[in-house]
Amino acid sequence: MTQSAPLPATVAASFGKRHPLRDLAGFAAIILAGAAGYFLFPDNLALLTRIIAVALLVLSLDLVTGYCGVASLGQATMFGAGAYAAGFACVHGGVTEPLTLVLVGAIAGAAAGLVMGAIMLRAHGLAQLVLSIAIVQLGHEAANKFSSYTGGSDGLAGLSVSPLFGVFEFDLWGRTAYLFGLVLLVVVFALLRFVVSSPFGVLCRGIRQDPVRVKAMGASVFPVMLKMFVISGAVAGVGGALAAISTQVVGLDSISFELSANALVMLVLGGLGSLYGALIGAVIFMGFEHTVSAYNPFHWLTMVGALLVAVVLVAPGGLASLLDKVPGLGRREGGKP
Amino acid sequence: MSDLFRVEGLVKSFGGLAVSNNITLAMKPGERLALIGPNGAGKTTFVNLVTGLLKPDAGRVHLGSEDVTQLGSVRRVRKGLVRTFQVTRLFQEMTPEEHVTLAILQREGKATAILARFLGNPTVSDEVEDVLTVLGLSEVARRPVSEIAYGQQRLLEIAIALALKPNVLLLDEPAAGVPSADTPRIEQALARLPEDLSVLMIEHDMDLVFRFARRVVVLAAGEIIFEGLPSAVAADARVREAYLGSYADARRVA
Repeated sequence: MTQSAPLPATVAASFGKRHPLRDLAGFAAIILAGAAGYFLFPDNLALLTRIIAVALLVLSLDLVTGYCGVASLGQATMFGAGAYAAGFACVHGGVTEPLTLVLVGAIAGAAAGLVMGAIMLRAHGLAQLVLSIAIVQLGHEAANKFSSYTGGSDGLAGLSVSPLFGVFEFDLWGRTAYLFGLVLLVVVFALLRFVVSSPFGVLCRGIRQDPVRVKAMGASVFPVMLKMFVISGAVAGVGGALAAISTQVVGLDSISFELSANALVMLVLGGLGSLYGALIGAVIFMGFEHTVSAYNPFHWLTMVGALLVAVVLVAPGGLASLLDKVPGLGRREGGKP
Repeated sequence: MSDLFRVEGLVKSFGGLAVSNNITLAMKPGERLALIGPNGAGKTTFVNLVTGLLKPDAGRVHLGSEDVTQLGSVRRVRKGLVRTFQVTRLFQEMTPEEHVTLAILQREGKATAILARFLGNPTVSDEVEDVLTVLGLSEVARRPVSEIAYGQQRLLEIAIALALKPNVLLLDEPAAGVPSADTPRIEQALARLPEDLSVLMIEHDMDLVFRFARRVVVLAAGEIIFEGLPSAVAADARVREAYLGSYADARRVA
Protein backbone atom coordinates (compact mmCIF):
# COMPACT_ATOMS: atom_id res chain seq x y z
CA MET A 1 0.00 0.00 0.00
CA THR A 2 2.98 2.26 -0.26
CA GLN A 3 3.24 2.41 -4.02
CA SER A 4 0.61 5.07 -4.51
CA ALA A 5 1.20 7.71 -7.10
CA PRO A 6 -0.41 11.14 -6.79
CA LEU A 7 -3.95 11.34 -8.06
CA PRO A 8 -4.56 13.26 -11.26
CA ALA A 9 -4.66 16.95 -10.38
CA THR A 10 -8.33 17.38 -11.20
CA VAL A 11 -9.30 14.49 -8.99
CA ALA A 12 -6.93 15.29 -6.14
CA ALA A 13 -8.15 18.87 -6.05
CA SER A 14 -11.73 17.73 -5.62
CA PHE A 15 -11.07 15.23 -2.84
CA GLY A 16 -12.80 16.11 0.38
CA LYS A 17 -14.42 19.23 -0.95
CA ARG A 18 -18.10 20.02 -0.75
CA HIS A 19 -20.35 22.10 -2.95
CA PRO A 20 -22.03 24.75 -0.81
CA LEU A 21 -23.89 26.54 -3.61
CA ARG A 22 -26.92 24.30 -3.31
CA ASP A 23 -27.04 24.79 0.47
CA LEU A 24 -26.78 28.56 0.23
CA ALA A 25 -29.40 28.74 -2.50
CA GLY A 26 -31.64 26.45 -0.49
CA PHE A 27 -31.46 28.52 2.69
CA ALA A 28 -31.97 31.73 0.72
CA ALA A 29 -35.02 30.19 -0.97
CA ILE A 30 -36.57 29.09 2.35
CA ILE A 31 -36.08 32.51 3.94
CA LEU A 32 -37.30 34.36 0.86
CA ALA A 33 -40.34 32.12 0.51
CA GLY A 34 -41.06 32.59 4.21
CA ALA A 35 -40.80 36.37 3.94
CA ALA A 36 -42.93 36.37 0.79
CA GLY A 37 -45.59 34.35 2.59
CA TYR A 38 -45.61 36.81 5.45
CA PHE A 39 -46.18 39.82 3.20
CA LEU A 40 -48.31 38.24 0.46
CA PHE A 41 -50.72 36.30 2.66
CA PRO A 42 -51.11 38.33 5.85
CA ASP A 43 -54.61 36.92 6.36
CA ASN A 44 -53.50 33.31 6.04
CA LEU A 45 -50.62 33.18 8.51
CA ALA A 46 -52.36 30.49 10.57
CA LEU A 47 -52.43 28.24 7.52
CA LEU A 48 -48.80 29.03 6.72
CA THR A 49 -47.80 28.21 10.31
CA ARG A 50 -49.70 24.92 10.01
CA ILE A 51 -47.75 24.22 6.80
CA ILE A 52 -44.47 24.81 8.65
CA ALA A 53 -45.51 22.44 11.45
CA VAL A 54 -46.47 19.76 8.94
CA ALA A 55 -43.28 20.43 6.95
CA LEU A 56 -41.35 19.55 10.13
CA LEU A 57 -43.33 16.31 10.30
CA VAL A 58 -42.53 15.51 6.66
CA LEU A 59 -38.85 16.33 7.27
CA SER A 60 -38.86 13.89 10.17
CA LEU A 61 -40.45 11.23 7.98
CA ASP A 62 -37.81 11.82 5.34
CA LEU A 63 -35.12 10.96 7.87
CA VAL A 64 -36.46 7.44 8.46
CA THR A 65 -38.02 6.78 5.06
CA GLY A 66 -35.85 8.72 2.65
CA TYR A 67 -32.50 8.25 4.38
CA CYS A 68 -32.94 4.89 6.14
CA GLY A 69 -35.46 3.20 3.86
CA VAL A 70 -38.04 2.49 6.58
CA ALA A 71 -41.52 3.27 5.23
CA SER A 72 -43.88 4.50 7.93
CA LEU A 73 -47.56 5.30 8.04
CA GLY A 74 -47.42 6.20 11.71
CA GLN A 75 -45.11 9.19 11.81
CA ALA A 76 -47.81 11.36 13.38
CA THR A 77 -47.25 9.38 16.60
CA MET A 78 -44.14 11.48 17.23
CA PHE A 79 -45.84 14.67 16.05
CA GLY A 80 -48.76 14.00 18.37
CA ALA A 81 -46.43 13.13 21.26
CA GLY A 82 -44.76 16.52 20.85
CA ALA A 83 -48.08 18.34 20.57
CA TYR A 84 -49.67 16.66 23.58
CA ALA A 85 -46.51 16.97 25.69
CA ALA A 86 -46.35 20.70 24.99
CA GLY A 87 -50.07 20.93 25.67
CA PHE A 88 -49.78 19.04 28.98
CA ALA A 89 -46.82 21.11 30.05
CA CYS A 90 -48.74 24.29 29.34
CA VAL A 91 -52.22 23.39 30.57
CA HIS A 92 -51.38 21.05 33.46
CA GLY A 93 -47.76 21.93 34.20
CA GLY A 94 -47.94 25.69 34.08
CA VAL A 95 -45.10 25.97 31.58
CA THR A 96 -45.89 28.86 29.27
CA GLU A 97 -42.52 29.88 27.87
CA PRO A 98 -42.66 28.96 24.14
CA LEU A 99 -39.06 27.82 23.70
CA THR A 100 -39.40 25.55 26.73
CA LEU A 101 -42.59 24.13 25.26
CA VAL A 102 -40.78 23.41 22.00
CA LEU A 103 -38.04 21.67 23.98
CA VAL A 104 -40.66 19.61 25.82
CA GLY A 105 -42.20 18.68 22.47
CA ALA A 106 -38.82 17.68 21.06
CA ILE A 107 -38.03 15.47 24.06
CA ALA A 108 -41.45 13.81 23.96
CA GLY A 109 -41.14 13.28 20.21
CA ALA A 110 -37.66 11.80 20.66
CA ALA A 111 -38.99 9.43 23.34
CA ALA A 112 -41.82 8.39 21.02
CA GLY A 113 -39.26 7.89 18.26
CA LEU A 114 -37.20 5.67 20.55
CA VAL A 115 -40.18 3.46 21.38
CA MET A 116 -41.45 3.42 17.81
CA GLY A 117 -38.02 2.59 16.40
CA ALA A 118 -37.41 -0.13 18.96
CA ILE A 119 -40.67 -1.78 17.89
CA MET A 120 -40.62 -1.16 14.15
CA LEU A 121 -37.00 -2.14 13.61
CA ARG A 122 -37.79 -5.68 14.81
CA ALA A 123 -39.71 -6.22 11.59
CA HIS A 124 -39.11 -5.65 7.89
CA GLY A 125 -41.06 -4.63 4.81
CA LEU A 126 -44.84 -4.80 4.97
CA ALA A 127 -44.86 -6.03 8.57
CA GLN A 128 -42.92 -2.91 9.50
CA LEU A 129 -45.44 -0.72 7.70
CA VAL A 130 -48.35 -2.42 9.45
CA LEU A 131 -46.62 -1.96 12.80
CA SER A 132 -46.35 1.76 12.15
CA ILE A 133 -50.09 1.93 11.48
CA ALA A 134 -50.81 -0.06 14.63
CA ILE A 135 -48.66 2.26 16.73
CA VAL A 136 -50.32 5.46 15.52
CA GLN A 137 -53.78 3.91 15.98
CA LEU A 138 -52.84 2.90 19.54
CA GLY A 139 -51.60 6.42 20.21
CA HIS A 140 -54.78 7.89 18.75
CA GLU A 141 -56.95 5.58 20.83
CA ALA A 142 -54.97 6.32 24.00
CA ALA A 143 -55.40 10.07 23.43
CA ASN A 144 -59.11 9.50 22.94
CA LYS A 145 -59.56 7.27 26.01
CA PHE A 146 -57.67 9.47 28.45
CA SER A 147 -59.98 12.35 27.73
CA SER A 148 -59.74 13.73 31.25
CA TYR A 149 -56.14 14.63 30.42
CA THR A 150 -56.26 15.08 26.65
CA GLY A 151 -59.73 16.46 26.15
CA GLY A 152 -60.52 13.46 23.95
CA SER A 153 -62.31 14.35 20.75
CA ASP A 154 -62.82 17.92 21.99
CA GLY A 155 -59.09 18.42 22.06
CA LEU A 156 -56.75 19.71 24.74
CA ALA A 157 -57.70 23.35 24.87
CA GLY A 158 -56.70 26.31 26.98
CA LEU A 159 -53.04 26.67 26.12
CA SER A 160 -51.92 30.10 27.20
CA VAL A 161 -48.44 30.81 25.90
CA SER A 162 -46.27 33.64 27.22
CA PRO A 163 -44.80 36.21 24.87
CA LEU A 164 -41.68 35.03 23.09
CA PHE A 165 -38.60 36.31 24.98
CA GLY A 166 -41.13 38.16 27.16
CA VAL A 167 -41.67 40.63 24.33
CA PHE A 168 -43.46 39.19 21.31
CA GLU A 169 -47.09 38.31 22.07
CA PHE A 170 -48.71 35.44 20.18
CA ASP A 171 -51.21 37.72 18.50
CA LEU A 172 -54.60 37.01 17.00
CA TRP A 173 -53.30 37.33 13.42
CA GLY A 174 -50.62 34.71 14.01
CA ARG A 175 -47.68 36.91 13.05
CA THR A 176 -45.50 35.92 16.00
CA ALA A 177 -46.41 32.25 15.66
CA TYR A 178 -45.56 32.31 11.96
CA LEU A 179 -42.21 34.02 12.37
CA PHE A 180 -41.42 31.80 15.34
CA GLY A 181 -42.25 28.74 13.20
CA LEU A 182 -40.19 30.03 10.30
CA VAL A 183 -37.13 30.50 12.51
CA LEU A 184 -37.64 27.02 14.00
CA LEU A 185 -37.87 25.54 10.52
CA VAL A 186 -34.68 27.22 9.33
CA VAL A 187 -32.78 26.15 12.46
CA VAL A 188 -34.04 22.57 12.27
CA PHE A 189 -33.34 22.43 8.54
CA ALA A 190 -29.77 23.67 9.07
CA LEU A 191 -29.19 21.08 11.79
CA LEU A 192 -30.60 18.33 9.60
CA ARG A 193 -28.39 19.35 6.68
CA PHE A 194 -25.51 18.81 9.07
CA VAL A 195 -26.86 15.45 10.23
CA VAL A 196 -27.44 14.01 6.75
CA SER A 197 -24.03 15.20 5.58
CA SER A 198 -22.22 13.72 8.58
CA PRO A 199 -20.65 10.25 8.65
CA PHE A 200 -23.79 9.11 10.47
CA GLY A 201 -26.02 10.43 7.68
CA VAL A 202 -23.94 8.76 4.99
CA LEU A 203 -24.00 5.51 6.95
CA CYS A 204 -27.82 5.73 7.03
CA ARG A 205 -27.85 6.16 3.27
CA GLY A 206 -25.69 3.07 3.04
CA ILE A 207 -28.08 1.12 5.23
CA ARG A 208 -30.98 2.13 3.01
CA GLN A 209 -29.18 0.88 -0.07
CA ASP A 210 -27.65 -2.33 1.29
CA PRO A 211 -27.61 -3.23 4.98
CA VAL A 212 -25.62 -6.41 4.28
CA ARG A 213 -22.81 -4.35 2.78
CA VAL A 214 -22.88 -2.04 5.79
CA LYS A 215 -22.56 -5.02 8.14
CA ALA A 216 -19.68 -6.33 6.03
CA MET A 217 -17.95 -3.03 6.81
CA GLY A 218 -18.29 -3.80 10.50
CA ALA A 219 -21.14 -1.38 11.26
CA SER A 220 -24.16 -2.38 13.32
CA VAL A 221 -27.41 -1.45 11.62
CA PHE A 222 -29.95 -1.45 14.48
CA PRO A 223 -28.42 1.20 16.78
CA VAL A 224 -27.74 3.51 13.84
CA MET A 225 -31.34 3.34 12.67
CA LEU A 226 -32.66 3.69 16.20
CA LYS A 227 -30.61 6.84 16.59
CA MET A 228 -32.19 8.21 13.42
CA PHE A 229 -35.64 7.38 14.79
CA VAL A 230 -34.85 9.42 17.91
CA ILE A 231 -33.65 12.40 15.84
CA SER A 232 -36.69 12.05 13.61
CA GLY A 233 -38.94 11.95 16.67
CA ALA A 234 -37.38 15.13 18.03
CA VAL A 235 -38.01 16.95 14.74
CA ALA A 236 -41.61 15.74 14.55
CA GLY A 237 -42.05 16.71 18.20
CA VAL A 238 -40.91 20.25 17.44
CA GLY A 239 -43.53 20.36 14.68
CA GLY A 240 -46.20 19.11 17.07
CA ALA A 241 -45.24 21.64 19.73
CA LEU A 242 -45.33 24.42 17.15
CA ALA A 243 -48.82 23.34 16.08
CA ALA A 244 -49.94 23.32 19.73
CA ILE A 245 -48.44 26.73 20.46
CA SER A 246 -49.82 28.37 17.33
CA THR A 247 -53.38 27.01 17.56
CA GLN A 248 -53.48 26.84 21.39
CA VAL A 249 -55.31 23.54 21.13
CA VAL A 250 -54.20 19.93 20.54
CA GLY A 251 -56.67 17.74 18.70
CA LEU A 252 -56.83 14.01 18.03
CA ASP A 253 -55.98 14.72 14.39
CA SER A 254 -52.42 15.49 15.48
CA ILE A 255 -51.87 11.80 16.25
CA SER A 256 -53.80 10.21 13.42
CA PHE A 257 -53.31 7.75 10.62
CA GLU A 258 -54.65 10.35 8.20
CA LEU A 259 -51.96 12.87 9.06
CA SER A 260 -49.32 10.14 8.84
CA ALA A 261 -50.55 9.05 5.42
CA ASN A 262 -50.73 12.64 4.18
CA ALA A 263 -47.15 13.19 5.36
CA LEU A 264 -46.01 10.18 3.31
CA VAL A 265 -47.88 11.48 0.26
CA MET A 266 -46.24 14.90 0.71
CA LEU A 267 -42.84 13.26 0.95
CA VAL A 268 -43.34 11.24 -2.22
CA LEU A 269 -44.67 14.34 -3.95
CA GLY A 270 -41.60 16.37 -2.97
CA GLY A 271 -39.03 13.60 -3.28
CA LEU A 272 -37.58 11.08 -0.86
CA GLY A 273 -34.07 11.33 0.48
CA SER A 274 -33.83 15.07 -0.07
CA LEU A 275 -34.67 17.48 2.72
CA TYR A 276 -35.74 20.01 0.11
CA GLY A 277 -38.22 17.49 -1.22
CA ALA A 278 -39.89 17.26 2.18
CA LEU A 279 -40.35 21.03 2.27
CA ILE A 280 -41.52 21.33 -1.31
CA GLY A 281 -43.94 18.44 -0.89
CA ALA A 282 -45.51 19.90 2.25
CA VAL A 283 -45.89 23.39 0.77
CA ILE A 284 -47.26 22.25 -2.60
CA PHE A 285 -49.63 19.64 -1.15
CA MET A 286 -51.10 21.84 1.57
CA GLY A 287 -51.18 24.96 -0.58
CA PHE A 288 -52.88 23.07 -3.40
CA GLU A 289 -55.29 21.41 -0.99
CA HIS A 290 -56.24 24.77 0.53
CA THR A 291 -56.69 26.51 -2.81
CA VAL A 292 -58.58 23.74 -4.56
CA SER A 293 -60.85 22.96 -1.62
CA ALA A 294 -61.90 26.65 -1.54
CA TYR A 295 -62.46 26.64 -5.30
CA ASN A 296 -64.43 23.40 -5.39
CA PRO A 297 -65.43 22.00 -2.00
CA PHE A 298 -66.94 18.86 -3.56
CA HIS A 299 -64.26 17.60 -5.93
CA TRP A 300 -61.06 18.96 -4.46
CA LEU A 301 -59.80 15.52 -3.48
CA THR A 302 -60.08 14.45 -7.13
CA MET A 303 -57.89 17.37 -8.12
CA VAL A 304 -55.34 16.53 -5.43
CA GLY A 305 -55.29 12.98 -6.78
CA ALA A 306 -54.79 14.28 -10.32
CA LEU A 307 -51.86 16.40 -9.13
CA LEU A 308 -50.23 13.36 -7.55
CA VAL A 309 -50.67 11.29 -10.70
CA ALA A 310 -49.22 14.10 -12.82
CA VAL A 311 -46.19 14.53 -10.57
CA VAL A 312 -45.48 10.82 -10.40
CA LEU A 313 -45.62 10.60 -14.20
CA VAL A 314 -43.59 13.75 -14.93
CA ALA A 315 -41.13 13.60 -12.02
CA PRO A 316 -41.05 10.08 -10.54
CA GLY A 317 -38.30 11.18 -8.17
CA GLY A 318 -40.54 13.91 -6.75
CA LEU A 319 -40.65 17.63 -7.43
CA ALA A 320 -37.24 18.17 -5.84
CA SER A 321 -35.69 16.02 -8.57
CA LEU A 322 -36.60 18.80 -11.01
CA LEU A 323 -34.11 21.01 -9.13
CA ASP A 324 -31.35 18.69 -10.27
CA LYS A 325 -31.93 19.92 -13.80
CA VAL A 326 -31.18 23.51 -12.78
CA PRO A 327 -27.53 24.30 -13.60
CA GLY A 328 -25.51 24.87 -10.46
CA LEU A 329 -28.17 23.48 -8.16
CA GLY A 330 -28.06 19.85 -9.29
CA ARG A 331 -26.73 17.19 -7.02
CA ARG A 332 -23.03 16.80 -7.42
CA GLU A 333 -21.51 13.80 -9.09
CA GLY A 334 -22.30 10.93 -6.83
CA GLY A 335 -25.98 11.36 -6.35
CA LYS A 336 -27.36 12.71 -3.11
CA PRO A 337 -26.22 15.99 -1.66
CA MET B 1 4.37 -19.82 12.97
CA SER B 2 0.97 -20.08 14.65
CA ASP B 3 -2.27 -20.08 12.68
CA LEU B 4 -3.90 -16.70 12.11
CA PHE B 5 -7.18 -18.25 11.07
CA ARG B 6 -8.54 -21.73 11.71
CA VAL B 7 -11.83 -23.56 11.23
CA GLU B 8 -12.43 -26.95 12.79
CA GLY B 9 -15.08 -29.45 11.83
CA LEU B 10 -17.42 -26.95 10.22
CA VAL B 11 -20.77 -28.59 9.48
CA LYS B 12 -23.84 -27.07 7.82
CA SER B 13 -26.85 -28.70 6.20
CA PHE B 14 -29.84 -27.22 4.42
CA GLY B 15 -32.63 -29.74 4.88
CA GLY B 16 -30.98 -33.07 4.16
CA LEU B 17 -28.25 -31.57 1.98
CA ALA B 18 -24.83 -31.23 3.58
CA VAL B 19 -23.23 -28.07 2.16
CA SER B 20 -20.33 -28.06 4.60
CA ASN B 21 -19.21 -31.47 5.75
CA ASN B 22 -16.66 -31.37 8.55
CA ILE B 23 -14.38 -28.77 6.97
CA THR B 24 -11.12 -28.11 8.78
CA LEU B 25 -8.74 -25.48 7.46
CA ALA B 26 -6.03 -23.21 8.80
CA MET B 27 -4.08 -20.24 7.43
CA LYS B 28 -0.77 -18.70 8.44
CA PRO B 29 -0.08 -14.95 8.38
CA GLY B 30 0.59 -13.73 4.85
CA GLU B 31 -0.66 -16.93 3.25
CA ARG B 32 -2.23 -16.94 -0.24
CA LEU B 33 -4.80 -19.71 -0.39
CA ALA B 34 -7.25 -20.50 -3.19
CA LEU B 35 -10.46 -22.35 -2.52
CA ILE B 36 -11.79 -23.91 -5.70
CA GLY B 37 -14.46 -26.39 -6.62
CA PRO B 38 -17.33 -26.94 -9.04
CA ASN B 39 -20.52 -24.93 -8.83
CA GLY B 40 -22.53 -25.95 -5.79
CA ALA B 41 -19.49 -27.29 -3.95
CA GLY B 42 -20.24 -25.04 -0.96
CA LYS B 43 -17.54 -22.41 -1.40
CA THR B 44 -19.68 -19.33 -0.81
CA THR B 45 -21.52 -21.13 1.99
CA PHE B 46 -18.12 -21.71 3.57
CA VAL B 47 -17.38 -17.97 3.42
CA ASN B 48 -20.82 -17.19 4.85
CA LEU B 49 -20.22 -19.63 7.71
CA VAL B 50 -16.78 -18.26 8.44
CA THR B 51 -17.89 -14.62 8.37
CA GLY B 52 -20.96 -15.25 10.52
CA LEU B 53 -23.68 -14.62 7.94
CA LEU B 54 -24.68 -18.26 8.45
CA LYS B 55 -24.64 -20.16 11.73
CA PRO B 56 -22.93 -23.56 11.54
CA ASP B 57 -24.62 -26.71 12.83
CA ALA B 58 -21.29 -27.71 14.37
CA GLY B 59 -17.64 -26.68 14.35
CA ARG B 60 -15.52 -23.76 15.51
CA VAL B 61 -14.02 -20.70 13.88
CA HIS B 62 -10.85 -19.22 15.40
CA LEU B 63 -9.26 -15.89 14.63
CA GLY B 64 -5.81 -15.90 16.14
CA SER B 65 -6.19 -17.41 19.58
CA GLU B 66 -9.82 -16.31 19.91
CA ASP B 67 -12.84 -18.49 19.26
CA VAL B 68 -15.22 -16.26 17.27
CA THR B 69 -17.85 -18.91 16.53
CA GLN B 70 -20.47 -17.23 18.70
CA LEU B 71 -19.75 -13.72 17.47
CA GLY B 72 -21.97 -12.05 14.88
CA SER B 73 -20.72 -10.97 11.46
CA VAL B 74 -20.19 -7.35 12.49
CA ARG B 75 -17.92 -8.19 15.41
CA ARG B 76 -15.90 -10.61 13.28
CA VAL B 77 -15.25 -7.79 10.81
CA ARG B 78 -14.08 -5.57 13.66
CA LYS B 79 -11.68 -8.30 14.68
CA GLY B 80 -10.13 -8.31 11.21
CA LEU B 81 -12.06 -10.97 9.29
CA VAL B 82 -13.22 -9.20 6.13
CA ARG B 83 -14.83 -10.44 2.93
CA THR B 84 -15.80 -9.33 -0.55
CA PHE B 85 -18.93 -10.56 -2.28
CA GLN B 86 -19.36 -12.86 -5.27
CA VAL B 87 -22.10 -10.57 -6.58
CA THR B 88 -20.97 -6.99 -6.10
CA ARG B 89 -22.66 -5.27 -3.17
CA LEU B 90 -22.06 -1.55 -3.42
CA PHE B 91 -24.06 1.60 -2.78
CA GLN B 92 -25.10 2.57 -6.29
CA GLU B 93 -25.61 6.27 -5.48
CA MET B 94 -22.26 6.68 -3.77
CA THR B 95 -18.83 7.23 -5.24
CA PRO B 96 -15.74 5.08 -4.68
CA GLU B 97 -14.36 7.94 -2.59
CA GLU B 98 -17.42 7.79 -0.33
CA HIS B 99 -17.28 4.01 -0.03
CA VAL B 100 -13.67 3.97 1.05
CA THR B 101 -14.11 6.98 3.33
CA LEU B 102 -17.00 5.26 5.05
CA ALA B 103 -14.96 2.09 5.49
CA ILE B 104 -12.04 4.00 7.02
CA LEU B 105 -14.32 5.97 9.36
CA GLN B 106 -16.02 2.74 10.38
CA ARG B 107 -12.66 1.11 11.09
CA GLU B 108 -11.76 4.05 13.31
CA GLY B 109 -15.11 4.01 15.10
CA LYS B 110 -16.14 7.38 13.67
CA ALA B 111 -18.82 6.31 11.19
CA THR B 112 -21.70 7.12 13.54
CA ALA B 113 -20.47 10.61 14.40
CA ILE B 114 -23.05 13.34 13.87
CA LEU B 115 -20.93 16.33 14.82
CA ALA B 116 -18.33 15.72 12.15
CA ARG B 117 -17.83 16.18 8.45
CA PHE B 118 -17.91 13.10 6.27
CA LEU B 119 -15.41 14.33 3.71
CA GLY B 120 -12.58 16.73 4.32
CA ASN B 121 -10.57 15.11 7.10
CA PRO B 122 -7.04 15.39 5.63
CA THR B 123 -5.73 12.17 7.20
CA VAL B 124 -8.69 10.16 5.98
CA SER B 125 -8.60 11.81 2.55
CA ASP B 126 -4.94 10.90 2.16
CA GLU B 127 -5.64 7.29 3.01
CA VAL B 128 -8.62 7.19 0.65
CA GLU B 129 -6.41 8.57 -2.07
CA ASP B 130 -3.76 5.92 -1.38
CA VAL B 131 -6.21 3.03 -1.45
CA LEU B 132 -7.96 4.18 -4.63
CA THR B 133 -4.69 4.90 -6.39
CA VAL B 134 -3.23 1.50 -5.60
CA LEU B 135 -6.32 -0.11 -7.07
CA GLY B 136 -6.36 2.16 -10.10
CA LEU B 137 -9.65 3.81 -9.18
CA SER B 138 -8.55 7.41 -8.75
CA GLU B 139 -9.95 8.47 -12.14
CA VAL B 140 -13.44 7.38 -11.12
CA ALA B 141 -13.14 8.36 -7.46
CA ARG B 142 -15.99 10.85 -7.60
CA ARG B 143 -18.32 9.10 -9.98
CA PRO B 144 -21.37 7.23 -8.74
CA VAL B 145 -20.82 3.50 -8.67
CA SER B 146 -23.73 3.06 -11.07
CA GLU B 147 -21.65 4.86 -13.71
CA ILE B 148 -18.39 2.94 -13.43
CA ALA B 149 -17.42 -0.28 -15.22
CA TYR B 150 -18.11 -3.63 -13.58
CA GLY B 151 -14.42 -4.44 -13.39
CA GLN B 152 -13.88 -1.22 -11.46
CA GLN B 153 -16.73 -2.15 -9.14
CA ARG B 154 -14.97 -5.44 -8.41
CA LEU B 155 -11.81 -3.48 -7.61
CA LEU B 156 -13.82 -1.20 -5.35
CA GLU B 157 -15.00 -4.23 -3.39
CA ILE B 158 -11.34 -5.02 -2.72
CA ALA B 159 -10.61 -1.36 -1.92
CA ILE B 160 -13.33 -1.29 0.73
CA ALA B 161 -11.99 -4.49 2.26
CA LEU B 162 -8.43 -3.13 2.34
CA ALA B 163 -9.61 0.13 3.92
CA LEU B 164 -10.85 -1.96 6.85
CA LYS B 165 -7.24 -3.15 7.38
CA PRO B 166 -8.12 -6.83 7.78
CA ASN B 167 -5.94 -9.61 9.13
CA VAL B 168 -7.72 -12.18 7.01
CA LEU B 169 -9.32 -11.31 3.67
CA LEU B 170 -11.83 -13.61 2.00
CA LEU B 171 -12.22 -12.81 -1.69
CA ASP B 172 -15.32 -14.42 -3.18
CA GLU B 173 -14.64 -14.69 -6.91
CA PRO B 174 -13.01 -11.27 -7.38
CA ALA B 175 -12.85 -11.72 -11.16
CA ALA B 176 -16.39 -13.01 -11.60
CA GLY B 177 -18.19 -11.22 -14.42
CA VAL B 178 -15.14 -9.14 -15.28
CA PRO B 179 -14.37 -8.94 -19.01
CA SER B 180 -11.17 -10.86 -19.82
CA ALA B 181 -9.50 -7.64 -20.95
CA ASP B 182 -9.90 -6.27 -17.42
CA THR B 183 -8.78 -9.40 -15.55
CA PRO B 184 -5.12 -8.22 -15.50
CA ARG B 185 -6.22 -5.19 -13.45
CA ILE B 186 -7.72 -7.51 -10.85
CA GLU B 187 -4.56 -9.59 -10.91
CA GLN B 188 -2.38 -6.52 -10.45
CA ALA B 189 -4.52 -5.46 -7.49
CA LEU B 190 -4.15 -8.91 -5.94
CA ALA B 191 -0.39 -8.80 -6.45
CA ARG B 192 -0.24 -5.53 -4.53
CA LEU B 193 -2.09 -6.78 -1.45
CA PRO B 194 -0.10 -6.26 1.75
CA GLU B 195 2.33 -9.14 2.27
CA ASP B 196 1.34 -9.78 5.87
CA LEU B 197 -2.34 -10.12 4.96
CA SER B 198 -3.72 -13.68 4.83
CA VAL B 199 -5.88 -14.07 1.75
CA LEU B 200 -8.32 -16.82 0.91
CA MET B 201 -9.63 -16.51 -2.63
CA ILE B 202 -12.50 -18.35 -4.24
CA GLU B 203 -12.13 -18.22 -8.00
CA HIS B 204 -13.09 -20.09 -11.14
CA ASP B 205 -10.42 -18.52 -13.34
CA MET B 206 -7.73 -21.20 -13.01
CA ASP B 207 -4.99 -19.12 -14.58
CA LEU B 208 -5.61 -16.49 -11.92
CA VAL B 209 -5.70 -19.15 -9.21
CA PHE B 210 -2.42 -20.70 -10.26
CA ARG B 211 -0.64 -17.37 -10.45
CA PHE B 212 -2.01 -16.10 -7.15
CA ALA B 213 -2.12 -19.04 -4.76
CA ARG B 214 0.70 -20.82 -2.98
CA ARG B 215 -1.72 -23.42 -1.67
CA VAL B 216 -4.94 -24.73 -3.15
CA VAL B 217 -7.88 -26.35 -1.40
CA VAL B 218 -10.48 -28.13 -3.49
CA LEU B 219 -14.03 -28.43 -2.22
CA ALA B 220 -16.60 -30.82 -3.67
CA ALA B 221 -20.05 -31.53 -2.22
CA GLY B 222 -19.12 -29.69 0.95
CA GLU B 223 -15.95 -31.71 1.58
CA ILE B 224 -12.28 -30.94 1.15
CA ILE B 225 -10.97 -33.45 -1.41
CA PHE B 226 -7.55 -31.93 -1.99
CA GLU B 227 -5.16 -29.63 -0.17
CA GLY B 228 -1.69 -28.90 -1.53
CA LEU B 229 0.46 -27.04 -3.99
CA PRO B 230 -1.07 -25.53 -7.12
CA SER B 231 1.30 -27.57 -9.24
CA ALA B 232 -0.12 -30.80 -7.82
CA VAL B 233 -3.81 -30.06 -8.05
CA ALA B 234 -4.27 -30.84 -11.73
CA ALA B 235 -2.62 -34.21 -11.31
CA ASP B 236 -4.84 -35.35 -8.46
CA ALA B 237 -7.25 -38.02 -9.60
CA ARG B 238 -10.12 -37.04 -7.29
CA VAL B 239 -9.88 -33.44 -8.34
CA ARG B 240 -9.78 -34.35 -12.00
CA GLU B 241 -12.81 -36.49 -11.50
CA ALA B 242 -14.75 -33.93 -9.47
CA TYR B 243 -13.87 -30.74 -11.16
CA LEU B 244 -10.80 -30.20 -13.26
CA GLY B 245 -11.06 -32.93 -15.84
CA SER B 246 -11.95 -30.88 -18.82
CA TYR B 247 -9.62 -28.07 -17.78
CA ALA B 248 -6.63 -30.42 -17.29
CA ASP B 249 -7.30 -32.02 -20.64
CA ALA B 250 -7.52 -28.66 -22.28
CA ARG B 251 -4.21 -27.60 -20.81
CA ARG B 252 -2.54 -30.82 -22.01
CA VAL B 253 -3.84 -30.36 -25.52
CA ALA B 254 -2.72 -26.75 -25.55
